[in-house]
Amino acid sequence: MAAFTLAASGDHWFSALALGVTLLKCLLIPTYHSTDFEVHRNWLAITHSLPISQWYYEATSEWTLDYPPFFAWFEYALSHIAKYFDQEMLNIHNLNYFSSRTLLFQRFSVILTDALFFYAVHECCKCIDGKKTSKELTEKPKFILSVLLLWNFGLLIVDHIHFQYNGFLSGLMLLSIARLFQKRHMEGAFLFAVLLHFKHIYLYVAPAYGIYLLRSYCFTASKPDGTVRWDSFSFVRVISLGLIVFLVSALSLGPFIALNQMPQVFSRLFPFKRGLCHAYWAPNFWALYNALDKALSVIGLELKFLDPNQIPRASMTSGLVQQFQHTVLPSVSPLATLICTLIAILHFVCGKSRRCNNFSDSDHDRTLLPLPSALHCPSISSLKTLFRKEKPLFNWMETVYLLGLGPLEVCCEFIFPLTSWKLKYPFIPLLLTSVYCAVGITYAWARLYVSVLTGCFVSKTKKQ
Amino acid sequence: MENWYWMTLVVLIGLTVRWTVSLNPYSGAGKPPMFGDYEAQRHWQEITFNLPVKDWYFNSSDNNLQYWGLDYPPLTAYHSLLCAYVAEFINPDWVALHTSRGYESQAHKLFMRTTVLVADLFIYIPAVLLYCYSLKEISPKRKMAVALCILLYPGLILIDYGHFQDIYNSVSLGFALWGVLGVSYDWDLLGSLAFCLALNYKQMELYHSLPFFCFLLGKCFKKVTFKIACTVLASFLLCWLPFFTEREHALQVLRRLFPVDRGLFEDKVANIWCSVNVFLKIKEILPRHIQLAISFCLTFLSLLPACIKLTLQPSSKGFRFTLVSCALSFFLFSFQVHEKSILLVSLPVCLVLNEIPFMSTWFLLVSTFSMLPLLLKDELLMPSVVTVMAFLVVCVTSFPLCESTSEEQLQLTPFAVSVRRRLPGFTFLPRIIQYLFLSSVITMVLLTILSVTLNPPQKLPDLFSVLVCSVSCINFIFFLVYFNIVIVWDSKNGRNRKKIK
Repeated sequence: MAAFTLAASGDHWFSALALGVTLLKCLLIPTYHSTDFEVHRNWLAITHSLPISQWYYEATSEWTLDYPPFFAWFEYALSHIAKYFDQEMLNIHNLNYFSSRTLLFQRFSVILTDALFFYAVHECCKCIDGKKTSKELTEKPKFILSVLLLWNFGLLIVDHIHFQYNGFLSGLMLLSIARLFQKRHMEGAFLFAVLLHFKHIYLYVAPAYGIYLLRSYCFTASKPDGTVRWDSFSFVRVISLGLIVFLVSALSLGPFIALNQMPQVFSRLFPFKRGLCHAYWAPNFWALYNALDKALSVIGLELKFLDPNQIPRASMTSGLVQQFQHTVLPSVSPLATLICTLIAILHFVCGKSRRCNNFSDSDHDRTLLPLPSALHCPSISSLKTLFRKEKPLFNWMETVYLLGLGPLEVCCEFIFPLTSWKLKYPFIPLLLTSVYCAVGITYAWARLYVSVLTGCFVSKTKKQ
Repeated sequence: MENWYWMTLVVLIGLTVRWTVSLNPYSGAGKPPMFGDYEAQRHWQEITFNLPVKDWYFNSSDNNLQYWGLDYPPLTAYHSLLCAYVAEFINPDWVALHTSRGYESQAHKLFMRTTVLVADLFIYIPAVLLYCYSLKEISPKRKMAVALCILLYPGLILIDYGHFQDIYNSVSLGFALWGVLGVSYDWDLLGSLAFCLALNYKQMELYHSLPFFCFLLGKCFKKVTFKIACTVLASFLLCWLPFFTEREHALQVLRRLFPVDRGLFEDKVANIWCSVNVFLKIKEILPRHIQLAISFCLTFLSLLPACIKLTLQPSSKGFRFTLVSCALSFFLFSFQVHEKSILLVSLPVCLVLNEIPFMSTWFLLVSTFSMLPLLLKDELLMPSVVTVMAFLVVCVTSFPLCESTSEEQLQLTPFAVSVRRRLPGFTFLPRIIQYLFLSSVITMVLLTILSVTLNPPQKLPDLFSVLVCSVSCINFIFFLVYFNIVIVWDSKNGRNRKKIK
């Protein structure tokens, strides 16, 4: 009772929020879970039953291990607890094994590892040095940030319904960012290196980390006007950062280098054969590109510009994971996407950037998750301006766009299944959702781009 | 933040919790031949859709009353008919006569859960919000906190959305709440109409009928009672019209509604008779009519003080407290009470949450605990624990519960003052209550853990259910005494103050 009253008093709203969302996660235990549930069960089985040398070669199940070694070790650790719940789930031949105890174990493993996420959010909130503008709890930036992160519904849906461990991983990333803001650069670098070896998809934000560390940590001093003093470059610091990354990578990949398995590990981690877009299109630039190509090909066929015999039917929209060629627009190779990404992030040199995943190859929709956490980091410093009462949060165009999500979902979920198009074009709701969201995401990215650029110019002109 | 933001947030949280609880299995899932109450509701849709009104309550070749015959008043039947029309539009197999028996599918479960949510959203939730909004002398934030606490009350959520037994409790309780609102704010006609609808939905609302009657009587000694009488008569007539074609019809309906043949109690329930039966087998010793007589007398005697007080001094606060006391008296002493009937007591307790947060929260926890055997039978342990914890967290955050145990805040000052006239040292009432609360909570937690982890001994297979019922019963008796003290001594305080002036 005493603990609860403590939680109720003014400064312990964080515990109340954390406890509340944990209870909600417990209620979500019996919900639908996706094939990712089987993926993680399989990985528990692989890491528990087989020696390390077999981990990246095992292919009994189609869900092969395609995360870096630290995640495999994580699953290995979990498997030692799993054996007390249900021994059968650790058998690699039990494909699609399911029992209520397995479900309970898996769900609780996600819920409990989210503790790291809670800690990381707490650390991030400490970095916000909001002046006490308002006594009202709901207007404090710390409270708003905590609510946005702890009760992030995207995270709830993907982690606790669909089933993934993004909370834990986002926690690692947020913690490393918090450490950077707290000027504990070595810890931040260490944590990020560890994160990369948990889930390599965070390579998206690696350039930003690299540039930030280079600018803030390796150049030890700035000129009075804020620009870099090129002669203050510290080799010691660069080398120590490099050493950290090297040691972490050695710990992670060492065993596999010793076993000469690096090519195999790489082919598992970077499956370029999967194609430009996954089965479900991530709402990024390539979704728009694909949609445009599809639209043009349909128009071309109708107007008899294109020969129907030369076009592969329903190649992108069939829901399969494969490589394909675009019909009208030039096809996109992995190298092309890399170049596009590099050009896009080039301009973020002058600012603190965390966001560069709009252009990458083989996007899963789930890669969008680092985005809200990442987006919040530049906004930590701009939260004060963001939540001023004078300006509303969204302009009319943005409001209309956001409100449009409602009718879109109603159409896709309720109206479309009742129409005759359902059988002929079953992929349309997904296509529409991806394209609509891609528009929004590209717009947000463009605005961030513009604000960073103008921020750079403003600071430069101010100092002149 | 503006009020309507808070209100929307509160409603969304309430709906989210309800919908997630509904993901769990329902009663009788996959258990032929009788299945459970989910099948009963589906069967009523089948009956009301396919048969003419005059056959609904009668045994016939098409309507076998042994297989989940209708035993609620006509408004439930009309509601089932409405749902049946929607069901038939989506999938006629769901309500096809005879062939749809035992029909189970994901789509059908989704449909049934949606009907509960829709009914809740249109009847119960607006009533709760309006009630909280109209509370006087408290801040808007506290009003929303009270609304959240009421909407998160675990008992109602678990029964309506989890177990699915006697679903649509939210409809009858919602109508009753509209009735309370109407009558408290002097919209007597609307209040009476709403309560009559509640009564015609579930006959258990009779538990609340005496306070309504006494309150209106007390208020209307000076005013014209004619309009109210007309409203009541008209609403009853409207609901029962199809059954008045023949006298036998109406009687048959009444026989279905009040099955006195079924005995003093069925299964394990946290009332006096079940608890006494552990030591003294009254069900076997006494003949049926004597049981009925004793039950009637005790019920009547226990609710008499509160009702008399309400008739003589009608007030909104007294009305709500009397609702609690009467419903609790009925629950403890009446005939054929089911464990779910505790919800009829919980609703009025939710209405006094703002005045006595400590006792109300305690009561609502005990009421959920009293249904533990039922919830465990339907594998609702996880949602039960989670919703109870969520409810507790919200209550503790909204009200400073630990500091709310003084005599003043427990509304026991007049009583304590009277006792202190005879016993000057009587200042330890709050401490007694705190110890009682602690022991009650510890017992409940222990029993829950024991029921879940251990198997009962072979000689006493119902050990844990009986223990749960007995402990709950003891708690309920304490609450009955408490609420009666508050009601009766409240009047004396009022009179004394007038004398002093």
